[in-house]
Amino acid sequence: MSNPDDPEGKSGRDWSVVVEDGVAKTNEPVSSAVASPEAATRRHEPHEPPRQNVPEKLYEARKAVHNKRIDGPFRRFKWLVMLVTLAIYYGTPWIRWDRGPYAPDQAVLVDLANRRFYMFGIEIWPHEFYFVAGLLIMAGIGLFLVTSAVGRAWCGYSCPQTVWTDVFQHVDRFVDGDRNARMRLDAAPWTWGKVAKRGLKWSIYLFIGFWTGGAWIMYFADAPTLVHDFWRGEAAPVAYITVAILTLTTVVLGGFMREQVCIYMCPWPRIQTAMMDEKSLLVTYKDWRGEPRGSIKKAKKNPESYGDCIDCTECVQVCPTGIDIREGPQIGCITCGLCIDACDRVMAQIDRPRGLIDYATLEDCDREAAGGEAKPAWKALLRPRTLVYLGVWSAVGLALLFALGTRSHLDLTIAQDRNPPFMLMSDGSVRNSYTLRLRNMSSTPREMSVTLEELDGGVFWTDGIRRDAAARSQTFTVPADQTRSVRAYVVAPRGTAQQEFAFVLSTEDERPETDRGTIRFSAPEEDR
Amino acid sequence: MANDEKRIDQPTGTEFVGHEWDGIEELDTPLPRWWLWTFYLTVIWGLGYTIAYPAWPMLSSATEGLLGWTSRGQLAEEMSVADQARVSVGERLAATDVEKLLANPELMQQATAGGGAAFRVHCTQCHGSGAGGNQELGYPNLNDDDWLWGGSLTAIEYSISNGIRQPDADRRQGAMPSFDGAFDSAQMSALVSHVRSLSGLEAANSAGAQLYSENCSVCHGNAGQGDRTVGAPRLDDAIWLRGSSPEAVRAQILNPKLGVMPAFGDRLDPVTIKMLTAYVHTRGGGEDEVIADETSAETVTAESAVDGANEQP
Repeated sequence: MSNPDDPEGKSGRDWSVVVEDGVAKTNEPVSSAVASPEAATRRHEPHEPPRQNVPEKLYEARKAVHNKRIDGPFRRFKWLVMLVTLAIYYGTPWIRWDRGPYAPDQAVLVDLANRRFYMFGIEIWPHEFYFVAGLLIMAGIGLFLVTSAVGRAWCGYSCPQTVWTDVFQHVDRFVDGDRNARMRLDAAPWTWGKVAKRGLKWSIYLFIGFWTGGAWIMYFADAPTLVHDFWRGEAAPVAYITVAILTLTTVVLGGFMREQVCIYMCPWPRIQTAMMDEKSLLVTYKDWRGEPRGSIKKAKKNPESYGDCIDCTECVQVCPTGIDIREGPQIGCITCGLCIDACDRVMAQIDRPRGLIDYATLEDCDREAAGGEAKPAWKALLRPRTLVYLGVWSAVGLALLFALGTRSHLDLTIAQDRNPPFMLMSDGSVRNSYTLRLRNMSSTPREMSVTLEELDGGVFWTDGIRRDAAARSQTFTVPADQTRSVRAYVVAPRGTAQQEFAFVLSTEDERPETDRGTIRFSAPEEDR
Repeated sequence: MANDEKRIDQPTGTEFVGHEWDGIEELDTPLPRWWLWTFYLTVIWGLGYTIAYPAWPMLSSATEGLLGWTSRGQLAEEMSVADQARVSVGERLAATDVEKLLANPELMQQATAGGGAAFRVHCTQCHGSGAGGNQELGYPNLNDDDWLWGGSLTAIEYSISNGIRQPDADRRQGAMPSFDGAFDSAQMSALVSHVRSLSGLEAANSAGAQLYSENCSVCHGNAGQGDRTVGAPRLDDAIWLRGSSPEAVRAQILNPKLGVMPAFGDRLDPVTIKMLTAYVHTRGGGEDEVIADETSAETVTAESAVDGANEQP
């Protein structure tokens, strides 16, 4: 690697921007891979004269990406991730989880109608939405963690857009053949054969899209019942509308938009580029080793003046987003590593060391370019920034687990009638009215007792208990997984002063729990 | 920009736009073609929308739109759906005698909820939004256990339907004469003192008791227990319609104020009145009848329904 215009080129790479007259001179190549003219790309070969005129184009048609089949460690990892994520997506709603006779037996269920969220042994009520917020915070910090450590690994392997695009690209290969066959078919005139192939391919697209939408709705209702109702035309209209919309988005985004979603629509690549630093792993073409590129023939004749890259363009052909990694890090690169597989395979065939394209950090690239020792990629994972992210992520997770473990399965809320604040009864005693909400968050009906604490001489009855049965403690049966609203009339003897007192809710079943609520007892002024 | 000033990003062959931030320059990269088509589609959608829905302003109104949608029409539709949903409750209420309401906790609950809404429209002007009444003006408190005319469901329904002191012999009538000039000052003080002693506010005195039994006990009872048939208030309890101070009691004896209430049977339909009855009954002082707890729903409500039926308003 040497730039004739750059006297310091040998000592390392110059990341600075040349400033002339206060304006950055960006007419020079700026990306890492093209920092020197020899390393220019296929889009502008070094032997070509500098481009002076560009065509006036406002819009550009998409250039179809026909990625070639490849096998290798990263491809196999991608298969594995695809298998696991799709299995989770399609399989989860069918897992059963016995919660007794009063709750649904679906392991993961978002019960919008009854406002409950079930996840295995956890049941979340709307007022506990902070658990979901906590999970979302964990997901966010998890993405920070992953991005700072291994760059856009989310994009490359587990993003739904990537997984479904991968599925659709395999469908293309299954129906139309590999890269060259697909390119030929694209260019071919519309014959009946092509019509048939396109029809088959798009039918499979629709089929996949339909099942994608179909699996989604299973999370919102009892899956077996919903399937039954769905095919009999008895499911809720929203189920059919959701399936139709998700079929459409799956086919359009996965079947036709593909990498354009990542490049033009998704905010995450842009956010990630701001979160990565020179210590983050990314898929890099080691230009100091590969450039200048030349065919094997040329390199054999003149081994001194050529690098390791033989310009076979395998890395470009296998790329699912159709970029040339040799142009350097770019927004289109989802760091799936398929080009690493392709390049390693070629290097093995021509007896050159692997890793011309590899996961590396920009810092390591600098050191390697300056002749330093290559560092194993995993060492990039352990550094203060990732450890801090990991710490925060774990702390949020532990806090959530703690909150889950210690949360109560009953709850008492009290609202006092403010108008009128108190009532004089005919015997001179003072009555206050309260609305008690007894919440039973367990999946069995529970007997709960409500007892007055303090308030000497006070007794209460309710809208369901006659006044002659007024007492300091009353028992209520609260149905499973429900909140029971009770209107409580608390009466205290004549002369009782205004004071604070408490209702204590408790159960004496196999899991004794209590909750108490303090509230004011209003009374007339002394002189009245 | 003149052609010779055009600057081109050599690696991509794209022209610079000319914007630059900290050395990062913006390229004039062509938009994807589908973006353009999406834009055209939104324009077509927008035009179609303005044809289908009211949109274009004209001189006196706007275009009506092919679908004939109006916000008023949508409101009317939603209102009629809501009315439909209420029909069944209304029908069931119409078919249920008010004293049997307690046997049906679910219907009672719906009636109470509807009654709360009706109460806010028709009753709060006098009785207050919390049904707490007003002692200054003598509007009865509906939350307590002291009733002028009876606190069972049937009695309450009768009061709401027929009002208080409306011109008709069948309706609730009751009057208290003015005793202005009937007593001298000492007698007056003794009587006031006796009235207050009935509920323990003062010590008893025999002169007052004598005057009371001659003048007041016909309606208010010997011990001040009141008489609901004529709406004579109890005097032996802690609840005072117009105040318990000697001045308030004296004023009421000299120049009695008598509360009136419109006959809502003339204004409201029977179902609304049943709802109001249920609401007032559940304010905390409903007599004899009680919403049964689920454990003994059958027996208790049967008893209370009988009690309610036997009670004379």
